[in-house]
Amino acid sequence: MSVPPASPARQTRSALALWGERAVELLIRLSGVSAVLFVFGIFLFVFIEGAPLITDLDWSKAIFSPDWYPTSRENVRYGVGAMIIGTLSVTGLAMVIAVPFGLGAAFFVSEFCSGTLRETLKVVIELLAAIPSIVWGFIGLSVVNHLIQRFLPAPVGLNLLNAALLLALMSVPIIVSIGEDALKAVPDSYREAALALGATRWQIAWRVLLPAARNGLLAAVLLGVGRAIGETMAVLMATGHAVNIPTSLFDPIRTLTATIAAELGETAVGSPHYRMLFLIGLMLFTITFAVNLLADLAVRGVRRQ
Amino acid sequence: MVTPTPKISVENLRLSYGHKEVLHGVSFAIAPNEILAVIGPAQSGKTSLLRCINRTVEFTPGAVMSGTVRVDGEDLMRMADVYGLRRRIGMVAPLPVGLPLTIYDNVAFAPRCAGLTAKAELDARVETCLRQAALWDEVKDRLDSLGTKLSGGQQQRLTIARALSHDPEILCLDEFSIAIDPVTTMRIEDVLQELRAHVTIVLVTNLTQQARRLADRTMFLWNGDIVEMADTDVIFGDTPRDRRTFDYVNGVFG
Ligand SMILES: Nc1ncnc2c1ncn2[C@@H]1O[C@H](COP(=O)(O)OP(=O)(O)OP(=O)(O)O)[C@@H](O)[C@H]1O
Ligand SMILES: [Mg+2]
Repeated sequence: MSVPPASPARQTRSALALWGERAVELLIRLSGVSAVLFVFGIFLFVFIEGAPLITDLDWSKAIFSPDWYPTSRENVRYGVGAMIIGTLSVTGLAMVIAVPFGLGAAFFVSEFCSGTLRETLKVVIELLAAIPSIVWGFIGLSVVNHLIQRFLPAPVGLNLLNAALLLALMSVPIIVSIGEDALKAVPDSYREAALALGATRWQIAWRVLLPAARNGLLAAVLLGVGRAIGETMAVLMATGHAVNIPTSLFDPIRTLTATIAAELGETAVGSPHYRMLFLIGLMLFTITFAVNLLADLAVRGVRRQ
Repeated sequence: MVTPTPKISVENLRLSYGHKEVLHGVSFAIAPNEILAVIGPAQSGKTSLLRCINRTVEFTPGAVMSGTVRVDGEDLMRMADVYGLRRRIGMVAPLPVGLPLTIYDNVAFAPRCAGLTAKAELDARVETCLRQAALWDEVKDRLDSLGTKLSGGQQQRLTIARALSHDPEILCLDEFSIAIDPVTTMRIEDVLQELRAHVTIVLVTNLTQQARRLADRTMFLWNGDIVEMADTDVIFGDTPRDRRTFDYVNGVFG
């Protein structure tokens, strides 16, 4: 093949194209870096607001003590132990409910149904994801509250179980839609190869799709966890908002997020109470970071196997 | 030729994907322990034909199959246990599909699906199949690494080992040697020769020499129709019945 001599016009075009490519590359890099910058910026802001209190605080008490008396006259105590336990227990319980349901539904939608049923389910699930959390709070306050009081031996209906149910309902749609995407990303050739080897649909789901889509499914679960940990309004309304270390499903609790939401407006800017709330924000940061890190390590560990 | 019950008999098989018919009523029979080569230009329906035999074609939305396919005289479409059917057939696809599992698990997949759990038995099965696929020596030290990390030719042999892992009565090979070097191909062909003692083989291939070396009979499929099916010597000889066969085999096809 003979190469035609490059005309001047061609050359300038290619130089332009080169610059264009560089510009696009720069843009992409910038948007990548900006994501990191934003996260870091938010962290820094929260940190700066809370920082002056860091050295004054008795940390072991702050983290482990259940005594939260931020406005007490004679003996102010900032113990968030009960709230940490509250947040972890409500999130944990929500995940115990949401993960099997969510992943099960993801498998059902992606592998076991087709046509209109599948499309309908997907629309409904997306609708479910779009319900504002304040509405979930209402549902907790009115519907779930009464149901619990009527059918379960609970003195109050606003408690750990109520909030966990709401959080589960809120995370399930996320787990389903992300999980379904992960399953859909598994090439059909895997399914057909397994089919040709005599695998049933269950065996394909269990032995092929689960390992193949493992990372995506884990991401789905993590996003569900993130949604549950970060949720504020619904838990503020449904937990009972009492500083209390729960001993049963029917105990009212309080979460870190709800505390910030409920109290930040009533503190004087710069006061120790105000700073403490920002430190609570920092704790939330740490918890989500730890969850993500653990998951990442888990995935890597599995991959190395 | 005396005809015992054919291993596979196909009558008036039609297959369409949506509105497009790709097999226009083909009929043929394969005797037990026979090796049948299927040749034909691209898009002629060779792969589709194999997918009808183990009914994986049903997996494709819009695929409609009609006519009858019998295995050991039993109508495929009336079989209640389609998984049982597939466990009697080994299938090797032209592009290797390594399941996202370890080498060991790839080969142990089908036996496990069929309910085999004994470790020693699985180990033995995996080794035998990998040996038959001429892969054992290369992977015996790293059975626990991912099958997808093997080279293209190794993956292809892995799928061959996998297809043998459930001890099939019928083996369908779809251009199995396109990614495999000639020496290794010969080793696998030798294994196929041994297997024919108890396996019926359908071999889609466009390698004239390979068909000649292995096949008892050869089918020339063209655009969804069987142009000719006869002894391999006849198809590749100077006097096939159909002019088109001669042209195709000798490379003068337009
Ligand atoms: N999943 C599918 N959906 C729709 N059409 C298909 C599908 N698979 C194959 N076809 C069509 O069926 C026809 C036959 O294809 P097939 O793969 O059986 O041919 P082939 O003889 O195996 O070709 P090749 O030699 O290229 O492998 C082609 O026209 C192809 O486009
Ligand atoms: Mg093909």
